[in-house]
Amino acid sequence: MSFLNTLINGNEGGLKTDGLTPTQKVTLRAVIVGILYYGLSALEGMMMRAHAITPLPMLNDSHYFSVMTVHPIVGIFGSTYLVVFGAFTFLVPYLMKKPLYSIKLANATWMLIALGALMSWLGGFIFHYAPLYTLYWPLPVDFSQYDAVGGLVFILGIALIMIGTLGFIYNIFATVFYTEEGHEKRPMKPLLISGLGIDGMLNIIYKLSGREPYAKEPAVSLPVVAIFRGTIDTFLDALVILTCGVLILVYIIGDLSGATMDYTSVNALLYKNFFWWGLDLIADGLVLIYIAGSWYLLAMLITGKKLFMQNIARAALLLELIVSWAVWSHHLLADQGQNNMMKLVSGEMVTAFELVTQGIAIFITLVTLWSARPLKMSNELKFLLGGILGFMLAVPAGIIQADMGLNRILHNTQWVAGPHFHVAILVGLTMTLYSAVYILWPTLTNGVKLYSQKMASYHFWAHLIGGIGMGAFMGMAAMDGALRRTLYLEGEYQTYMILAGICGLLLLSAWVVFLVNVLMSVGVKGLIGVFTKSKLDTKALVPEA
Amino acid sequence: MTDSVDVLNMLKLVYTIYTLSVISLIGWFAMGVVNPKGKPRLVKPSTFYAYVGVLITVGVAIHIVTFNKIPWVEIDFKRDSIQPAQIVNITIEKHEFILPSPKIELKCNEYVLFDVVSKDLTYGFGIFRQNNSMVTQMQVLPGSKNDLMWKFHKNGVYHLRSTEYSGPKGAHMYIKDVFEVSGCDEDDKYSQKGGN
Repeated sequence: MSFLNTLINGNEGGLKTDGLTPTQKVTLRAVIVGILYYGLSALEGMMMRAHAITPLPMLNDSHYFSVMTVHPIVGIFGSTYLVVFGAFTFLVPYLMKKPLYSIKLANATWMLIALGALMSWLGGFIFHYAPLYTLYWPLPVDFSQYDAVGGLVFILGIALIMIGTLGFIYNIFATVFYTEEGHEKRPMKPLLISGLGIDGMLNIIYKLSGREPYAKEPAVSLPVVAIFRGTIDTFLDALVILTCGVLILVYIIGDLSGATMDYTSVNALLYKNFFWWGLDLIADGLVLIYIAGSWYLLAMLITGKKLFMQNIARAALLLELIVSWAVWSHHLLADQGQNNMMKLVSGEMVTAFELVTQGIAIFITLVTLWSARPLKMSNELKFLLGGILGFMLAVPAGIIQADMGLNRILHNTQWVAGPHFHVAILVGLTMTLYSAVYILWPTLTNGVKLYSQKMASYHFWAHLIGGIGMGAFMGMAAMDGALRRTLYLEGEYQTYMILAGICGLLLLSAWVVFLVNVLMSVGVKGLIGVFTKSKLDTKALVPEA
Repeated sequence: MTDSVDVLNMLKLVYTIYTLSVISLIGWFAMGVVNPKGKPRLVKPSTFYAYVGVLITVGVAIHIVTFNKIPWVEIDFKRDSIQPAQIVNITIEKHEFILPSPKIELKCNEYVLFDVVSKDLTYGFGIFRQNNSMVTQMQVLPGSKNDLMWKFHKNGVYHLRSTEYSGPKGAHMYIKDVFEVSGCDEDDKYSQKGGN
């Protein structure tokens, strides 16, 4: 009775949704859907992990690779984009101390992204459309292998995600720049200079030349600078992916209408450069910048102190933005048609700067935390440290594979998938997001008490050990030659795959425990109530006291 | 002469040490930051700049070391000006490798150029040992030059596998025992037929 009562009504009364503002609700909607998509992505991951141990009879080749195709779409866009966009939709107005520009647009954003992720998933699930997220030309338009209708569903899903993303971008920039009712006009220039982090750079230059700082009190707080800067990459990335989507769509419609087109009219290498320039803005642009900003914010909130070396942090964010535009060639180090100087400069040297920019973010965050000793080991602190550890492992792994010598034997191996991007996403990024979830929890739920701290601790340890362990065993398999995106049917790397599978199970169990903990805290009624219209007619972010 | 096994063994060692060090560092930090006796302490800016200097040095040093220690980097850079002793022409079409002959004998300690053409999709070209570890690879793009120059220093029999996804059929682009290197002073202990 007690368990059932808590499940339905939540812990100590659960989430009172009547008291939630429209901004709180739209934030929670995006985050909840994002967390559910994470579970779907984790299940898909486990299917693939199990198939790597021993081929599953219900997964034929086309089904397996369609799972592999939708797995990152669901994981990155359906889950991470939604959680991040949801959190930033709340944080930007919160930090700017003014209402969100448009709550309607924020609602449209999460719905478009959620619907788009679902459509893309259906493209894989029903039609087995499986060109993978890399979409290497001309594979997405190879209709001898794939059903064009499946391609249509998949690509339209991606297009919806990108349109939703553009909506988020507009809302964020508009929130930074608009002048709210009753407030004196906010001039655009200082906001733009501060948003880009140029004031931080100017402050350093002014200090070196013995002058007064350019801006003693920057117009935009540091975490907003990171969000602003990362959103520029999000915009460029959306444009590139949309352009590729339109190109693929033209070929799909041509095929469906009987006017099949010659795919050799698109140069595969040029396309690959263009596509990776855009796609890499996620991996090496907005993720790293958003993460740095999130660390800074979390460190400030946890310690209640100002950030160590603020100007350097602002300047480093500007550097990271520029670096992110020039590193895509590290994805083409095994392409012999790619110019060697491009490989050397963009692929190796500029990419190596990510070690510096991310290293600066780690240092500043840790020093800020240390400066406030002794701290309480709260959920947000432990997840933040887990997130930092994830990037301390994953970024050097990326720098290693972005080396012309090592890439020759690491390219497309499980090294890329394991120690690099799964550790970056699962440990680095996701644990940072969980830290943000825990720290924003009281503000977004108006103080709902967490159901179980033991479950939160299990969530932490299972996620951390599972994430690092899975990456490590995939990496060890890679060093013995295991490729990604292929099938091994003779049990070639079975020991590593079993160990990686056990770690994958830990990750999945961590998510289940987290979900149960959240559900028992807010209650089923509270969860459903988040998706109903807010009864508070206010633009305020949180209920007025 | 260094081969991929040596490089990967070194990487395994270095990255494992690094991983354990970083985990220990964060563990130590976590204990220290919540230590009730711990006192707030700020780091001097000079420490920060020294740290940034170390990061830059490490980032650059990795590439300088590999350029000097991994032999295939220089070969790759200079392959346009090196005259190969042997050219192996391979075509890939409809998920099949079209080889000049079922078995290809490769010269030892000579420059061998693999010139691979794709007639349709983006594929990969990878050479693997009998124990499945990778010797080398490249991407094979349609409409592009895909030439990989290599020097073999050990006797062995090697497999051929596509290292890039080209649709579900591409996962089966695997031919065993295609390449045979002979005439070297040393055997590749991981690539002996019936061996390891």
